[in-house]
Amino acid sequence: MSTKSYREAIKDAIAQEMRLDDTVVVIGEDQRGGHGGHQPEVEALGGVLGVTKGLWTEFGSERVIDTPITESAIIGMAAGAAATGLRPVAELMFMDFFGVAFDGIYNQAAKFRYMFGGKAKAPLVVRGMVGAGFSAAGQHSQSPYHIFASVPGLKVVCPSTPYDAKGLLIASIRDDDPVMFCENKILYDMKGEVPDEPYTIPLGVANYTREGEDVTIIALGSLVHQANAAADRLAKDGITCDVIDPRTISPLDETAILESVAATGRVVIVDESAARCGFAHDVAALIASKGFDYLRAPIELVLPPHTPVPFSPALEKLWLPDAAKIEAAARKLMGA
Amino acid sequence: MVMQLDKDQLLQAYRKMSEIRAFEERLHEENATGDIPGFIHLYTGEEAIAVGVCQNLLPTDYIGSTHRGHGHSIAKGCDIHGMMAEVFGKDAGVCRGKGGSMHIADLSKGMLGANGIVGGAPSLAIGAALTAKTLKNGGVAVSFTGDGGSNQGLVFEAMNMATVLQLPVIFIFENNGYGEGTGFDYAVGGRDITKRSSGFGMPSIRVDGTDFFAVYEAVSEAVDRARTGGGPTSIECMAYRWHGHFEGDPGLYRAKGEVAGLRKNHDPLKIFRDKVRDQIKASELDKIDAEVTAQVDDAVKQARAAAYPPAENLLADVYVSY
Ligand SMILES: Cc1ncc(C[n+]2csc(CCOP(=O)(O)OP(=O)(O)O)c2C)c(N)n1
Ligand SMILES: [Mg+2]
Repeated sequence: MSTKSYREAIKDAIAQEMRLDDTVVVIGEDQRGGHGGHQPEVEALGGVLGVTKGLWTEFGSERVIDTPITESAIIGMAAGAAATGLRPVAELMFMDFFGVAFDGIYNQAAKFRYMFGGKAKAPLVVRGMVGAGFSAAGQHSQSPYHIFASVPGLKVVCPSTPYDAKGLLIASIRDDDPVMFCENKILYDMKGEVPDEPYTIPLGVANYTREGEDVTIIALGSLVHQANAAADRLAKDGITCDVIDPRTISPLDETAILESVAATGRVVIVDESAARCGFAHDVAALIASKGFDYLRAPIELVLPPHTPVPFSPALEKLWLPDAAKIEAAARKLMGA
Repeated sequence: MVMQLDKDQLLQAYRKMSEIRAFEERLHEENATGDIPGFIHLYTGEEAIAVGVCQNLLPTDYIGSTHRGHGHSIAKGCDIHGMMAEVFGKDAGVCRGKGGSMHIADLSKGMLGANGIVGGAPSLAIGAALTAKTLKNGGVAVSFTGDGGSNQGLVFEAMNMATVLQLPVIFIFENNGYGEGTGFDYAVGGRDITKRSSGFGMPSIRVDGTDFFAVYEAVSEAVDRARTGGGPTSIECMAYRWHGHFEGDPGLYRAKGEVAGLRKNHDPLKIFRDKVRDQIKASELDKIDAEVTAQVDDAVKQARAAAYPPAENLLADVYVSY
């Protein structure tokens, strides 16, 4: 065990898998940084925010592949390589850029297995940042994992801690299906205990980060920590909560969610992906269709408004769900 | 060439370059205070491109810009006070604080937007060019794209479309040697953006992007061609970025002394001053610099003092009607 940041845990996972498996390659923009610059021996960046810094120094340009700025070719190439024997870990930098590159995932990698009668696989990971709160404005703050999760054939992962990031990323790299690995940029500097050796966390197993009796709060990524904070405040007033972090949206741990709802009968779902047709609506539909009889009150959704992410911190603060909004929703359910 | 522009035009061009320089250098300082939200990308060192292009355009012509868009915005006539307020996230900003540095836009000035998506401008610019061609209003559109952005597939598609439809559009490629930390000579296959564009069937040239006059002349020819139905042109402008990719980039990919050399030997404002030495007294240009410094100073003061957007603006302007 060591104390590691979320970003270190991610690098750790990739490095360890690259040591174990020669077919794992990293592909993306400035994964090294410095090619063609004036410092031929320097790993200048290691990803634009330095998350994977050190990989190029250890593995070299054949396995840490710097590309031009060309997301559609990055993802298309990763899909083709995945179908033919490599395990690419491709980086989209900001997941918002999926808009430039979606065909390789949406029409290609996600469909290979089914459309080719089970005769193909695409063991591909696409890493990218999600999340608002950085004043990065409308094209660098989004969390489009709900769009990914709507595509059959894609797995979607949203780790909330350094421990989860490492275990889920190793599982994603070893997984034979294409995985969209969504890193919340707000969490990169978060520290936590992380085992030094490789380990996996199975995709599709939720984590209870708080246990209680009155309300079930469901959240992903950085909002798990807001949900925990809300639960801790509520506990002081004798309202206890389950906080469930599904960790992966696809597959989704329906059992963990329904079990908790069966016990509490009250649900708050928190999310930043979308005010319409998002993660929260999917989970709410699950509960309404399979857990209706457990419910003692309508499901509460704590979501951003149906707007792009605003730049000004004054507006972005209002836009993002937070602990206070979650707490208010839980109190409303408790009638207090 | 210097002769074709009258003195007022030369002074105007210099003023615009000076405004860009002052705006960017001041932002570099202001950013260090921690009061500017988000990411900023500075244009210092590339002033002659934006101004050399936009001095050829009418207010009704359109430009589409990049993540490094302050210079293009100023050159196209966006209000400096409004831009500064925008960068600070204030309600008085050109985009009401909703876009920030990377999304400065003012369609009333023909500025179709800075862009957070690298390679985003060319396809929008061919759209503006299609409007001009369809409405037969004589308008032209210009896209700005970096050397890094030149590799995006959509950029190729836009160039091809422009020749197929003979659109009144000019593709400006700002080759500053790097895309983030990756050198142009690594990322641009064939190492020749101009040759690529000419492969799409349009006149394509490379000019010194630190020389206002070289840019101005090339663009003036391209604009004439576009306005008279002659179709698209591509112009690659060679220049240098003085600051980091974004503010905060330690620039480990650079050679020692690289930036100092740029400031000394490749300063577009100095180059301009040298070229107009016989027509314009240095003191006249100094006076412009002083006025511009005061203007930018005032813009910062007002931006800092301005109010953040009120809560009700959060929900405004998603749809025209709903
Ligand atoms: C589609 C997309 N991919 C990647 C990025 C991240 N990014 C922002 S600027 C940049 C480099 C652009 O280089 P270049 O086009 O040469 O412009 P310069 O920064 O040199 O002005 C990159 C990779 C982005 N914003 N959008
Ligand atoms: Mg560049």
